Amino acid sequence: MAKTATYSLIESQTAGSAVASVTFSSIPATFTDLVLVTNVRSTRSAADDSLYMRLNSDTATNYSYTELKGNGTTVTSNRQSSISSFYAAQNVAAASQASGTFTPVLFNLNDYSNATTHKTILARNSFAGGEVSAEVGLWRSTSAITTIQVYCAIGNLATGSTFKLYGIEAYK
Amino acid sequence: MALQLFKIATVTVGSGGAATIELTSIPATYTDLCLKMSVRSSDTSNNTGDYDVLGFGFNGSQTGYTGKELQGSGSAASSVNRTTTTIGGVVYGRFNGIKNSYNSNTAFENFEMYIPNYASSNNKSISIDSVGEQNAADAMAILNASLWSNSSAITSIKFALGLGNFVQYSTATLYGIL
Repeated sequence: MAKTATYSLIESQTAGSAVASVTFSSIPATFTDLVLVTNVRSTRSAADDSLYMRLNSDTATNYSYTELKGNGTTVTSNRQSSISSFYAAQNVAAASQASGTFTPVLFNLNDYSNATTHKTILARNSFAGGEVSAEVGLWRSTSAITTIQVYCAIGNLATGSTFKLYGIEAYK
Repeated sequence: MALQLFKIATVTVGSGGAATIELTSIPATYTDLCLKMSVRSSDTSNNTGDYDVLGFGFNGSQTGYTGKELQGSGSAASSVNRTTTTIGGVVYGRFNGIKNSYNSNTAFENFEMYIPNYASSNNKSISIDSVGEQNAADAMAILNASLWSNSSAITSIKFALGLGNFVQYSTATLYGIL
């Protein structure tokens, strides 16, 4: 039987102007895992801003996270429970950074479409001008993920920020 | 639309090893690049983590490299600022490090470099995850965030080691992602 494993682009968005958030809706349940590749910059008038993720428009305190990060000098690990969104990255590039500098934040949402388990999120943030970090998040819902929203804590997502959602289908 | 991950090139180091690994003529037709390597250095220095410094460079450029690393050795965690390293008179971005051959180690480093929007006119941000595990006390798990402050599209990537050569069977595979 021929292999049918795929790594498929579901949707791609680029901020043509500054936007408060980017949302992927109506995510099909036909894949096994999701990968969201972002390359972001905030309009906040500072060196950095934080990046958040919310699933299925759930604003209740159903999220928690644990992070490990380094700023070039110090290693820190933090966690928060019962919060209203997933804290994906404490800092991404903002308006004080050199023009044309964006921060890649890569997300893995494995087994996203099952209706049995709570959903986990892995995030890797690589901000050379700030922090390198890994975050793991939990969304305490057994619902299949159908909507993903990404936004900054203070500023907007700057023009040129990119977001690509891929579906990975298991080998058949 | 299926199969958005495409193999661009593969380098496999033959007998005798290689001083550098280079991938050239990278087309601008993809959105992101993902480079996966399984590599080991021939150097046999006994240092924390038993590693060799890895230099990486884009388009032959010797300027604009900065970065930060988060490292764990199994007994301690640290974070370090990274700038450049000079190997054979050439300046590269710096990554610490690639598993070496101290104490007859035969394990290879598992290394992944992801570069989103590599052909854009923005500066190039790089995410690196790498682990060198050899069932011994000297090992490292490393997360790296690097920046190449250059607006050129990436057309080539070159790696070099600070002390040794890439041993036989080291591999590097470059994928383009749409």
